[in-house]
Amino acid sequence: MKDTKVIELEEVAIRFSGDSGDGMQLTGTLFSDTSALLGNDISTFPDYPSEIRAPQGTVGGVSGFQVQFGKNRITTPGDLAHVLVAMNPAAVKANAAFMSPGGTIIFDVDSFSEKNLEKALFKTNDPFAELNLQDFEKVPVPITSMTKESLKDMDLDNKSILRCKNMFALGLICWIFDRPLDYIESYIQKKFGKKPLIAEANLKVLRDGYNYGMNIQQTTPQYIVHPAQIEKGTYRNINGNNATAWGFIAAAEKAGLKLFLGSYPITPATDVLQALAERKDLGVKTFQAEDEIAGICTSIGAAFAGHLAVTSTSGPGFALKSEALGLSVMAELPLVVVNVQRGGPSTGLPTKTEQSDLLQTLYGRNGESPIVVLAASTPSDCFYYAFLAAKIALERMVPVVLLTDGFLGNGSEPWRVPSMSELPSIKPRIAKNPELFKPYRRDPETLAREWAIPGMEGFQHRIGGLEKNIAGGVSHDPENHQINTNLRAEKVERVVEMIPELKVIGEPEGDLLVVGWGGTYGHMISSVRAMQEEGKKVSLAHFNYIKPLPKNTAEVFSKFKKIVVCELNLGQFASYLRDKEPGFKYYQVNKVKGLPFSVHELVENFEKILEA
Amino acid sequence: MTKYNYTPKDFKSAAEVRWCPGCGDYAIMNAVQKTMADLDIPHKDFAVISGIGCSSRFPYYMSTYGFHTIHGRAAAVASGVKSANPNLKVWVITGDGDALAIGGNHFIHLVRRNIDINVVLFNNKIYGLTKGQYSPTTDRGFITKTSPFGTIEDSFIPGQLVLGSRGTFFARAVDSNIKHTQDVLAEAAQHKGTSVVEVLQNCVIFNDGIHNYVTDPKFRAERQIFLKKGEPMIFGENEDKGLILEKGKLKVVKIGENGITRDDILVHHPEEDNLGLQVALINMALPEFPVAMGVVRSVEAPVYDQEMKKQIETVQEKRKITCVDELLRSGNTWEVTDEKCHEPVKFFDDPCFEK
Repeated sequence: MKDTKVIELEEVAIRFSGDSGDGMQLTGTLFSDTSALLGNDISTFPDYPSEIRAPQGTVGGVSGFQVQFGKNRITTPGDLAHVLVAMNPAAVKANAAFMSPGGTIIFDVDSFSEKNLEKALFKTNDPFAELNLQDFEKVPVPITSMTKESLKDMDLDNKSILRCKNMFALGLICWIFDRPLDYIESYIQKKFGKKPLIAEANLKVLRDGYNYGMNIQQTTPQYIVHPAQIEKGTYRNINGNNATAWGFIAAAEKAGLKLFLGSYPITPATDVLQALAERKDLGVKTFQAEDEIAGICTSIGAAFAGHLAVTSTSGPGFALKSEALGLSVMAELPLVVVNVQRGGPSTGLPTKTEQSDLLQTLYGRNGESPIVVLAASTPSDCFYYAFLAAKIALERMVPVVLLTDGFLGNGSEPWRVPSMSELPSIKPRIAKNPELFKPYRRDPETLAREWAIPGMEGFQHRIGGLEKNIAGGVSHDPENHQINTNLRAEKVERVVEMIPELKVIGEPEGDLLVVGWGGTYGHMISSVRAMQEEGKKVSLAHFNYIKPLPKNTAEVFSKFKKIVVCELNLGQFASYLRDKEPGFKYYQVNKVKGLPFSVHELVENFEKILEA
Repeated sequence: MTKYNYTPKDFKSAAEVRWCPGCGDYAIMNAVQKTMADLDIPHKDFAVISGIGCSSRFPYYMSTYGFHTIHGRAAAVASGVKSANPNLKVWVITGDGDALAIGGNHFIHLVRRNIDINVVLFNNKIYGLTKGQYSPTTDRGFITKTSPFGTIEDSFIPGQLVLGSRGTFFARAVDSNIKHTQDVLAEAAQHKGTSVVEVLQNCVIFNDGIHNYVTDPKFRAERQIFLKKGEPMIFGENEDKGLILEKGKLKVVKIGENGITRDDILVHHPEEDNLGLQVALINMALPEFPVAMGVVRSVEAPVYDQEMKKQIETVQEKRKITCVDELLRSGNTWEVTDEKCHEPVKFFDDPCFEK
């Protein structure tokens, strides 16, 4: 796996930009001060227009303020901004060149009128395409109209109302980056002490902006960058949800099948549904179902009808899908479920990342109900694991769950795009001989049954959720149930032949093996590399194959004096390993704050374990 | 002359039918098999999907493709089957508990989307497979094992639910009236869009005779009215009673009395989008009115699975991206060619992936 470095949440550069009258300097300053009070080191860079009285709405009249904040010592305001808050089209134009690739643009959609686009000298009505910003995350927010609506019952003239727009943007940004409002509130009260109406208006709009962020469940942007040494090839920026969606399209093309996604919108997984809904050009069928259960059930129907069938969701939705997932275990149909994990339990923290659905995924169904579980580890490798999940499902006639998380799903990184010729073949197990066909006759090696699809002549058969004999008849025979239960478990175990061995990053033996899985990879590798540079005998084993585990897992573990399992939950993978690979002592590093690990907290923990 | 010369027997599987002796399900299955044979469509193109309940064992007794799914979800699974392959003839076999209680959400959304699926709703007003608890169609006050003092809730009228969900086809039939059930199912099968046929079905064990007041063949002519497209709504032993609209409400009248002639009687138009009258027909109940049988509503509307297909075809006619290689290279991309950069390490280099 390649080395990556995560730009941690607290090292983000935000640029506030608008007309010189939009109050961007004040907005930026208030946000910086709030961050500083939280203990962040900050560096700011006010960028006034060169012409003090440049005409409104023109590029020359744009005023900006950039702030970079982080835990570590920040020495520059950041070369490129990760987040741009643009109050008008001119602000987008003026700042396009200073944006980090794949960054987020939050803009006042109300100001993107034909007139304003003209003032900023755009030639078309799609400014983002004109500036080649297609791959940026764009968050259109009706800042002007929301501000007007917010203050409509106050006795204020239009000009005074519009002056509060910046507070809406500031409130929204405070929600996105988890900043408390109290410092800003006290500042406003002090500043407008003699104008209580103005103070009240600013405070109201600030809070409305904050609540708006909460209502649209705007997630915190995450960034991953690679060290300078990179591979040759064609690159693009991609986020995890898009990569997941595209991985399935690639799998369908490779397998010669149509792709079907049944899904219900849920944060932070909705983008998978949206990305696939866009791809009618490639024949993708998306079915926005009435609920999570129908999302998986329509997919099971599509799998029965011979499509590559996928359903996407997040934790609470995954819980609703569990009965139907059991049906796909019993019916032995190919199905992929994507769970873009978020903070739980229940509604939990919808916009925040966590890895706490692991045990739900492995065990959260009635009966003995084994499935294959994979976990992606970077935004771009979601593409490959989605592809592989589909390959396993189609070749082994088994449901596969792909675990990603909010951090991967929303996080973006530059990606060397592969060509389809780099991807392995996918050979669905479509039945060939009606004379020999029996619904539950299995390949002796893989234990996979055959896939006979309605419309195929001579293969008419019945399947269902009741226990069956080989011929597909309902069977309550005790011996038959025992045999089939064992077979379904063994079928999943034999997928081990399709997956690579566990690789160790660093020396194959040493004092400490750091174990992680899924979306924490960027932070894990950064922290292990940091310790290796200090001469510590620390290596990393990062898991993407959860069930079955790679064959050589125990062998890898046996070469280290200590093993520490790091995950964003209270120790779910650690307890799974204790069950599957007993005989080792597993130290744990766990975090459930809805945030990724930070490199320094990992290093600190590893040092303690080494000393213990 | 038919192409395939199927008989109902061609649609029977070898599996032993395990419904209770005398169960209404037998008659309904015979009617479905007869309907499928008459449709003269390749046997391989039928898929029968069911949920959970006595009626949901149905697919096992059919020789077609079949999927016995989980409680309440037949409509959702079938929606996926039909959307994936609109060429298939998809039938959903369900009951009052399966479709209207646990599966209520999928049922109304299937109807709303108007996916071309034939739903046969076996209504016996009871949970049979779990041995006699009240269902969403059980009448208020009825005593069952879970309502020993009578239910305290009103029931669904399935047709109302279908029309309330913007349904395009609803019909009603009685299990024991096999010829009429067949006629109705044949019309349902021809309908483009979701068809729902409510069959009043008798559970001999847990709710025997529940529909008798309506279905008793001795009083059929007086207690049921058989609606036929383009014909006046007339019923009665002597075909002398009919329905008229008076002050916006349905009323039973006698032809020949008070100056009423045949010409005054309402003519049935299931093909017209006349929701108010059609709901009124569905709501008719004894003793004031006869119970409406036959196709109450059958209107044309866009069909989901066809629209899905059409949308993809329309987009594909003008598409710029034709394959994944083009997709991956669309939009913002850049080349890295620096000599210091190494050749890519391919994700699927490990030989295990080609096994």
